[in-house]
Amino acid sequence: MAVKDWQLELTREAYGRTLVELGQENPRIVVLDADLAVSTLTKYFRDAFPDRFFEMGIAEQNMVGVASGLALAGYIPFLSSYAMFLSGRAYDQIRQDCDYQNTNVKLAAAHGGISVGQDGPTHQSMEDLAALSAMVNMTVVVPADFHQTQKLVRWAAAYEGPVYFRMGREKVPMVTDADTPFEYGKMIQLTHGGDCTIIATGLMLWMAIEAQRELATEGIGVRVLNAPFIKPIDEAAILQAAAETGCLVTAEEHNVWGGLGSIVARVVVGSEHLVPIEIVGINNMYLTSGPWTDLLEVASLTTTRLKDAVKTAIRRRDARVATASR
Amino acid sequence: MFTGQACYSREMQSQEVSLPLIRSLTYNPPVATSPVVGDVSAHLGAQMPVLKKTHDELAEIARQIRKDVCVMTYAAKSGHAGGPLSAADYTTYLLWNVMNIDPDNLTLPERDRFILSNGHCSALNYALLSHRGFFNRSYLLTFRSTPSRLQGHPNRLKVPGLEASTGSLGHGLSIGLGIAMGLKLSKSPGRVYVNVGDGELQEGSCWEAIMAAGHYKQDNYCMMVDWNDAQIDGKMTDIMNIEPIDKKLEAFHWHVIVADGHDYDAIKAAFDEQQTIKGKPVAIVFKTIMMQGVPSYADDYKWHGKFLDADALTVALRELHFNETPDEAIASYGEVKWHGR
Repeated sequence: MAVKDWQLELTREAYGRTLVELGQENPRIVVLDADLAVSTLTKYFRDAFPDRFFEMGIAEQNMVGVASGLALAGYIPFLSSYAMFLSGRAYDQIRQDCDYQNTNVKLAAAHGGISVGQDGPTHQSMEDLAALSAMVNMTVVVPADFHQTQKLVRWAAAYEGPVYFRMGREKVPMVTDADTPFEYGKMIQLTHGGDCTIIATGLMLWMAIEAQRELATEGIGVRVLNAPFIKPIDEAAILQAAAETGCLVTAEEHNVWGGLGSIVARVVVGSEHLVPIEIVGINNMYLTSGPWTDLLEVASLTTTRLKDAVKTAIRRRDARVATASR
Repeated sequence: MFTGQACYSREMQSQEVSLPLIRSLTYNPPVATSPVVGDVSAHLGAQMPVLKKTHDELAEIARQIRKDVCVMTYAAKSGHAGGPLSAADYTTYLLWNVMNIDPDNLTLPERDRFILSNGHCSALNYALLSHRGFFNRSYLLTFRSTPSRLQGHPNRLKVPGLEASTGSLGHGLSIGLGIAMGLKLSKSPGRVYVNVGDGELQEGSCWEAIMAAGHYKQDNYCMMVDWNDAQIDGKMTDIMNIEPIDKKLEAFHWHVIVADGHDYDAIKAAFDEQQTIKGKPVAIVFKTIMMQGVPSYADDYKWHGKFLDADALTVALRELHFNETPDEAIASYGEVKWHGR
């Protein structure tokens, strides 16, 4: 199977469209952008509600502070830029103005991860999940596809507190559908399987599903858990998977130094289920310019890599069991 | 909880302060229950006292506030005394004679907002709020101690009357601008006053906010610059000169007023003028003197981040015309306890 075999859609399209729906329902919703409205697709909201849309120019730090002020005045601000420029350029503002003060700000980052295509590493974000999940009050979410983004944006508007979520640039496979559950802090189990669990976030989800299908033909049963929430993490789901499948693979479009894999590993080593974990992510390297599917290959974020990781995890588990029984 | 006057130094700084005690001191800021969206002019019948003190009365309040700042840093053995003393006069005028605020109605959406963006001058902010009725004065002696709400830099989640948490420089202007934009959107008459240090304007994000405020013609938004020409490493004009500040701000589409920050007639004229300006944000550059009120230490940048020891406090009390020793000054606050809004 390949990307072209899936039905593809933009996550930011879901974001832009859902914002307009929310704007119609709730006059407290306001939107800010830093000269990227046509790219983050907040332009739909801008055109529908010009009085509640604030163009802040190419000045992300001020945008985050202003959004915090709007929240303190009783509004629910969604603000957008590229993930790198929000989480990097405005880190101090996010930490001091949103997180420390616990303001009701929704940081909607577009063009997250490395799959942003030909702009190159200056525009790729592979550190944001580690940086933002280290904040105390922040909720960190990576939607997997169009439908999950729709649910996430609706949930974020109703939730009281700072939220960071990261969408991609390209159309990605629609793995979930309108009926797939979405609950605060919860992982979603998409497939059954007793041999190994893949915990995947963001666009790694469709590769996890592909890996699961291909491994099934080899007689290997994989449980696929989708983790839209990086923080808080669903510890119960992780530990249940560890207990029931005996080994884990994590998959994220993020540097392996921090992020989902590190967080899952922290949960596991603090438990009674010390199972092998294979962490699939970007191996501490800057990528390059190129089509997004090429970049995923260069970063080794592929279905093949996930299948290998599953087999390695199973081998490590079985070797450990054999040693223990000797 | 804090009984006896020795508490400020012994128990407050003890390592044995329990975590439940600290949690019990966490303040949950009230959430606005009034509608913030739409026209709030219907709510304007509410009591929003502007106190309108005479200039002599204000000078006396500012004298007491200067004493508080000196005693607080003495009790804490840390903190910043210089900036609070330079800004004490015009901020006192602002909180008493300009702002619509009411300690009994913390969440009224049409209230005016004051943000101390240079949060290291927190001792001034706390003393102002205390004298203005948000909490009792003796609690000031807990400044910077472990279980106290009065942290080194202001935390809005702990102290009633604080509108924003500040400390990392260059943030208050953006937060205040966001509040001002929200007030406009709600058709609220509330105004936002943000105090910045002159050195703080070296932060680039300040100029992002200044550019945006000019662009949005934010005329319910006032920046006060404490122009004491002093920062940690030296005189502002030597470290990284931001002159000519008036021309810079005017080029960013601001209305600029320059005033003597220690002359109540000049302060009054500046605040009166800023309320008449339409279609532009207003900056008031208050020319001030670091450690004003204590002539022996005045206009010396080294007082930016210093606290007063017993000898310095003795000098300060004398020059502020308090006939007290440091111990007598501490005793004058009475029992150290929290009583707040």
